[in-house]
Amino acid sequence: MPKTRIYITYPEKLIKEPVIYNVGQKFKVVTNIRSATVSSGIGVIGLELDGEQSEITKAVQYIKDLGIKVKPIEQDVME
Amino acid sequence: MSITKTKSYTLGLRCRECLKEYPIQPHHVCEDCFGPLEAVYDYAAIKKVLTREKILSRKHTMWRYQELLPLDQDPTVGLEVGYTPFYRSRRLAQTLGLKELYIKNDAVNFPTLSFKDRVVAVALSKAKEFGMNIVACASTGNLANSLAANAAQAGLESYIFIPADLEQGKVLGTLVFGSHVIGIRGNYDEVNRLCSEIADKYGWAFVNINIRPFYGEGSKTYTYEILEQLGWRAPQHVVVPMAGGSLITKVKKAIKEFYDLGLTEDASTKMHGAQAEGCGPIVHAVIAGNDLFKPEKPNTIAKSLAIGNPADGYYAIKAIKESGGWAATATDEEIVEAMKLLATTEGIFTETAGGVTLAALKKLIQSGHIPPDESVVLSITGNGLKTQEALVGKVGVPELIDAKLSEFDRIYKKP
Ligand SMILES: Cc1ncc(COP(=O)(O)O)c(C=O)c1O
Ligand SMILES: [Zn+2]
Repeated sequence: MPKTRIYITYPEKLIKEPVIYNVGQKFKVVTNIRSATVSSGIGVIGLELDGEQSEITKAVQYIKDLGIKVKPIEQDVME
Repeated sequence: MSITKTKSYTLGLRCRECLKEYPIQPHHVCEDCFGPLEAVYDYAAIKKVLTREKILSRKHTMWRYQELLPLDQDPTVGLEVGYTPFYRSRRLAQTLGLKELYIKNDAVNFPTLSFKDRVVAVALSKAKEFGMNIVACASTGNLANSLAANAAQAGLESYIFIPADLEQGKVLGTLVFGSHVIGIRGNYDEVNRLCSEIADKYGWAFVNINIRPFYGEGSKTYTYEILEQLGWRAPQHVVVPMAGGSLITKVKKAIKEFYDLGLTEDASTKMHGAQAEGCGPIVHAVIAGNDLFKPEKPNTIAKSLAIGNPADGYYAIKAIKESGGWAATATDEEIVEAMKLLATTEGIFTETAGGVTLAALKKLIQSGHIPPDESVVLSITGNGLKTQEALVGKVGVPELIDAKLSEFDRIYKKP
């Protein structure tokens, strides 16, 4: 099963929310935080999601719907 | 593949964040922390062989600094790339009120008229070392042209992914080299994600993904040339266009390497970054005093710089701050004005990215970040012939006359 590796970028108002905990509760995915940086109201977390592709897709959509940006760890590769 | 086995000075790859070490392989992120991997060199050994005399004795190409590039063998692709013109500006300097302005002109880089030929030359040479015969990239312009042309010359099969709605002119300039060009329907994020997935699945040499640690190093040669052409001196300021933010971090690295190797005596250059106002995540972070940037949705005529979520954005912000430099954006109008200014004062037709850089330089002079009596290098990295649509209707039209002397007499206004 391929693991999905993403960066999620939080706006200030969501920094205190237990987003990743909630993702693990609501969907059948294993969340694994690889890096976390917070600076002046922006939070960036490197996250690995493991599980069935359909569950990962739902989890990613849930994160996006909260207003959090989800990007592949390569970021923009179209240059 | 080259049969000459030269000594390699590349020791391996290392994570920029957690410093975990990796062997030399087509791999770009740290398995532990997702940090970018970077080539590590044996500088002590390089210092013994790479002298000014050695460099001066070599051909005028980017490979005169070969020891500082991450190849294990002699290069096999892009052998004629680099060593582009660098000269002191008179007319533009006067217009801007600068005492000492220099222009580094990669608008005439070989073979595809942008600084991307430098990164592609290293990436494809490395791909051949790895025994990878299919090369690929995702690009809307300069990178596509360069990969296609250099792959053609090297006899490598190439796949180039573009957004489905890219203008005909740009597509043509890539198709002509015989590449497989694939248009992807979907929004920007979807296109990016698919490219990451393809790179992962097919194991091709995706130059700006799995070959990125090697690819990026090629742009150091832009700065090595500046330092050499300035008489083994570092300028006080350099203004650099930013998209993914890689070039500016390599400006910093190149300046430090030359200093550490004793090739220059100073490394205190202030690095200033330039982006379009309609896509300026790095500049906006610098100005706001943030270490992290917020991804943006691009809306600018400077398409070659329109990267809303720059892979090296974090390091670009850091490089600018640590050097004591600053950053500025340019609106579409300011970009066009600056393209015309460079053309009419220096005879250089640069693309929109060059317009962004010159417009930013003007602002940095106005804001006092670049004092008029200090030495400045303006980075011109791409050619205007590729982005002509940006100037349509903005540079006037020819006057029309019948083929009669009286007609010409009528319109000719004595100076
Ligand atoms: C002409 C030109 N200048 C500058 C850049 C910026 O380079 P980077 O992505 O390394 O910041 C690019 C492309 O990305 C470009 O095409
Ligand atoms: Zn790491």
